[in-house]
Amino acid sequence: MLEQSYYDVTDGIIEQYGKKASSLIPVMQDIQAKYRYLPGELLTYVARQIGVTEAKAYSVATFYENFSFEPKGKYIIKVCDGTACHVKKSIPVLEALYSELGLSKKKKTTDDMLFTVETVSCLGACGLAPTMTINDEVYPKMTPEKAVAVIRELRGDSK
Amino acid sequence: MILKDKNDLLEVQKAAEKEIKSYDCRILVCSGTGCVASGSEKIYEKFQELARNIPGVVLEFAPHDGGAHVGIKKTGCQGFCELGPLVRIQKKDVTIQYIKVQQDDCVEIVEKSVLKDEVIERLLYHQGEKAYRHPEDIPFIAKQTRIVLENCGKYDAQSLNEYMASGGFKALEKALFEMKPEDVVEEVDKSGLRGRGGGGFPAGRKWKQVSSQEEKERYVVCNGDEGDPGAFMDGSVMEGDPYKLLEGMMIAGYAVGSQNGYIYVRAEYPLSVARLRYAIKELEKAGLLGDHILGTDFSFHLHINRGAGAFVCGEGSALTASIEGNRGMPRTKPPRTVDQGLWAKPTVLNNVETYANVPKIILKGADWFRTIGSEKSPGTKTFSITGAIENTGLIEVPMGTTLREIIYDIGGGLKGGAEFKAVQIGGPSGGCLTKEHLDVGLDFDSVKKYNAIVGSGGLVVMDENTCMVEVARFFMSFTQRESCGKCTPCRIGTKRMLEILERIVAGKGKVEDLDRLEEIAEFVKTNSLCGLGKSAPLPVISTLRTFRDEYMEHIVDKRCKSHTCQALKQYRIDPDKCKGCTKCARECPVGAITGEKKQPHQIDQTKCIRCGACMEGCNFGAVYVE
Repeated sequence: MLEQSYYDVTDGIIEQYGKKASSLIPVMQDIQAKYRYLPGELLTYVARQIGVTEAKAYSVATFYENFSFEPKGKYIIKVCDGTACHVKKSIPVLEALYSELGLSKKKKTTDDMLFTVETVSCLGACGLAPTMTINDEVYPKMTPEKAVAVIRELRGDSK
Repeated sequence: MILKDKNDLLEVQKAAEKEIKSYDCRILVCSGTGCVASGSEKIYEKFQELARNIPGVVLEFAPHDGGAHVGIKKTGCQGFCELGPLVRIQKKDVTIQYIKVQQDDCVEIVEKSVLKDEVIERLLYHQGEKAYRHPEDIPFIAKQTRIVLENCGKYDAQSLNEYMASGGFKALEKALFEMKPEDVVEEVDKSGLRGRGGGGFPAGRKWKQVSSQEEKERYVVCNGDEGDPGAFMDGSVMEGDPYKLLEGMMIAGYAVGSQNGYIYVRAEYPLSVARLRYAIKELEKAGLLGDHILGTDFSFHLHINRGAGAFVCGEGSALTASIEGNRGMPRTKPPRTVDQGLWAKPTVLNNVETYANVPKIILKGADWFRTIGSEKSPGTKTFSITGAIENTGLIEVPMGTTLREIIYDIGGGLKGGAEFKAVQIGGPSGGCLTKEHLDVGLDFDSVKKYNAIVGSGGLVVMDENTCMVEVARFFMSFTQRESCGKCTPCRIGTKRMLEILERIVAGKGKVEDLDRLEEIAEFVKTNSLCGLGKSAPLPVISTLRTFRDEYMEHIVDKRCKSHTCQALKQYRIDPDKCKGCTKCARECPVGAITGEKKQPHQIDQTKCIRCGACMEGCNFGAVYVE
């Protein structure tokens, strides 16, 4: 069971967009922005509140890549693997992060809930390829060494 | 202040023009995504802090008594993303462009270039021996024609006042007070403006079809779901000149009799979302959005929807489904979007760049627009050039400009003078253009002839170090992942093609794979439901046609001459460099390396798993890839 505060926050978000079917995506986006994932209980709650079936809400949430039912880490790292970054060797950056954090394509979040590593298709900063973002802040011209250094710095910060 | 009628607007415009002329000096800090990533926000703050402490300097627009009047502005993308943070110092008509500005440089810039008229040589852009002071002289910028990106780098991206000073809302004013809606549609039709999102469908024809519908509830939708990896033009317009896009949409709303507009922005563009939201609020505050705009019968409201990470939502019917709160899956057509789009109502759907062209067309007329570009594709096109090129960044050129001009004159040629191999145009749904196409003028029709599309305008330049088979695999893995799964040809076809390509880059391809690949590609292209599937095979088709020899090399010789495909790398030990330290033999996880102590070692290719540990570990650089 989630705490009541989750539902209160959700009520506030729903109010902002209105109780209608088209509010589903923006409401889920705001919930996810707040909690860094989409708690299943809230999905059910939102569906009921805005008048869509739970099945429908689930089908929408699973269609879009950005929604996650799994809690994510404090730092969400997105390594860009768009065309420009790919030809400028973004994969070694990703692999360096994986090995530094003990993550893989399947295991995306560290056990201490500090880091989540994902790939993204293009961040629109192609001029500075290869890039990655950490919680939406863009890190330009990455190398495997630079990426690892950033991680170590963040780790130091959060300890 | 709420603008109640035309006179109010004229007054505000006049005041804004006067205000901008009153600046003695403007410090223009680039705040595009690229420069922000390089730290331009901190540069902006530093200038703010410095300027505050200088006696006799008045910041921003405030009543002042004779002191130098300095403005510090965050502008849209100045174009030279790789050389950021970019800063321009503008004094009346003279502008100095500085590149790679660091916080430590700010004091010097203020002392020398703001308070005095000195130029700091080391911060100028250099090409060869020559240093360039003014942005308009730099070849990268001088060879462009900027209509859509005109304001980027000159005005504060967020300030409505600055947009007014740039001539903003003159087009809306002309449309509302001097033209009937049908005149506006006619003008856009006459201009020959074609949709900049990829297909190149005439915008005027779409508008006409929507305005002739019997249903009176209509929508104006902007596709800002710029999903093509390697393309960031629309993002740059949304964050760099948001008001221009909004003005274009408002004119469209007036023309087709719509009261509501929606902008669908991709989730990966948080800066665009923030700037658009801010701009919409400003317009609402000024009464330029809302009911009875400027006292007329025209009412218009704008809404923003954020994408949620589905590439297929760039397709029209998927995009409208997503706004409605559904899974973003395309549907069969007809009915077309102009008949039954958003909420099954007639809908004008254009992309960001298309709308951003509209204000200028209305203001200067269709005939003016037709003087630019090629006959069948008038106007300009923005491109993002990236990859193995000297000057990466955002450019705008007339339609019909050749690839050679873009790559060599504007882009400055390939990085490190490497040999040009190919350019990927139109993203994952586009194709490759090669050396023989260097002199083809790029417009919607010419590019199509070569099995590629202009698409939204991403150009990724590739040199000899790029493996074209791997590039095809990369794009296929993208489209396969993004296929929504609704229609079988796309869902299964892309998967099968990807499997074949993965096999080939892993060195396990067979010659008959190529025929199979061609066959599936053709099938998927003809039978898929939407544009994503129809164009997904294009990278395969175009690389197969032009670089078949590379495919054969991978399959028959098991060789990747650009050393990209890991599985085909042959690690060897240079006997002259090997000291026989045995480090590699000890580190090799499969025991493929043998040799006597102090004697050159060898790698058994049949055992080698190509992990590269030997090469990484060798202290003498004796391991190389053949």
